[in-house]
Amino acid sequence: MKTIEDLKRMREKFQAENNLRQAGGIEVIVGMGTCGIAAGAREVMSAILEEIARRNLQNVTVRQTGCIGMCEQEVLVDVVRPGEPRITYGKVTADGVKKIIGEHVVNGRIIEEMVVGKIAD
Amino acid sequence: MRELALHILDLVQNSIEAGASRVQLEIVEDVDSDTLLIRVTDNGRGMDAETRKKVTDPFVTSRTTRRVGLGLPLIDMSTKQCDGYLTIESEPGQGTTIEAVYRYSHLDRPPLGNIIETIKTLIIANPALDFIYRHTVNNNEFALSTQQIAGALEDMPLTHPDVIVWLDAFLSEGLKNLHGGV
Repeated sequence: MKTIEDLKRMREKFQAENNLRQAGGIEVIVGMGTCGIAAGAREVMSAILEEIARRNLQNVTVRQTGCIGMCEQEVLVDVVRPGEPRITYGKVTADGVKKIIGEHVVNGRIIEEMVVGKIAD
Repeated sequence: MRELALHILDLVQNSIEAGASRVQLEIVEDVDSDTLLIRVTDNGRGMDAETRKKVTDPFVTSRTTRRVGLGLPLIDMSTKQCDGYLTIESEPGQGTTIEAVYRYSHLDRPPLGNIIETIKTLIIANPALDFIYRHTVNNNEFALSTQQIAGALEDMPLTHPDVIVWLDAFLSEGLKNLHGGV
């Protein structure tokens, strides 16, 4: 049986191991307006969380955002690596997620053929 | 939408876009009264009476990125197809409460669907949101608030792999018990 107490034990272990918090995490953002959801954004999000857990990625955060007006390209997934432009991938599927996490998030290689937008800060 | 759980995701995204810092989701499945109720209550900016009357019209939206808003019209339509209704209570500055009610046994009622993935997404992808989830099936209740989780985690991020795995297991067990352990 899982309890909230499990989280406290996890946190104690986490705090003991992470005396030096790594700065500069990677952010993954999923478009979750009605258009994104209808195109499968929740399944894409589930696949992202699964990959993070499976690969034990500790420096990645995910968040959801609304419609940005590129509804026809949904599901949209943005990857922001610290100090690099924000890359937007379009028509992402659960299979595409494996590629994005493996290539871009972990190894820093942008998958050009899936990119639909780049925003430099 | 194929699942009510996807409509729920959509409703909570509306709350977030309305600037809500606190969202409460209640799901009540009651076989005796043959109803399935979904209620989302937020503390976002709310709507005036005129806007409230128009939001189930697909050509009305507060968004500026596209001119059509389909979220609420789709939910409104799905409730009406199942002997149900959608109500919207809102005041500017007072937040919004949306209630979608379906006849539980209606043949056209979409399944609740994968509520676990919906809740996981809402919690993990919105770490700053104070989110309360309360789900009742007949006489059984399951409840979870992100304040409990945040209090236990302190500075440990929600996206930590161990937390993702725990949340999945916690929700799976909770939902299983809700349906009588089957």
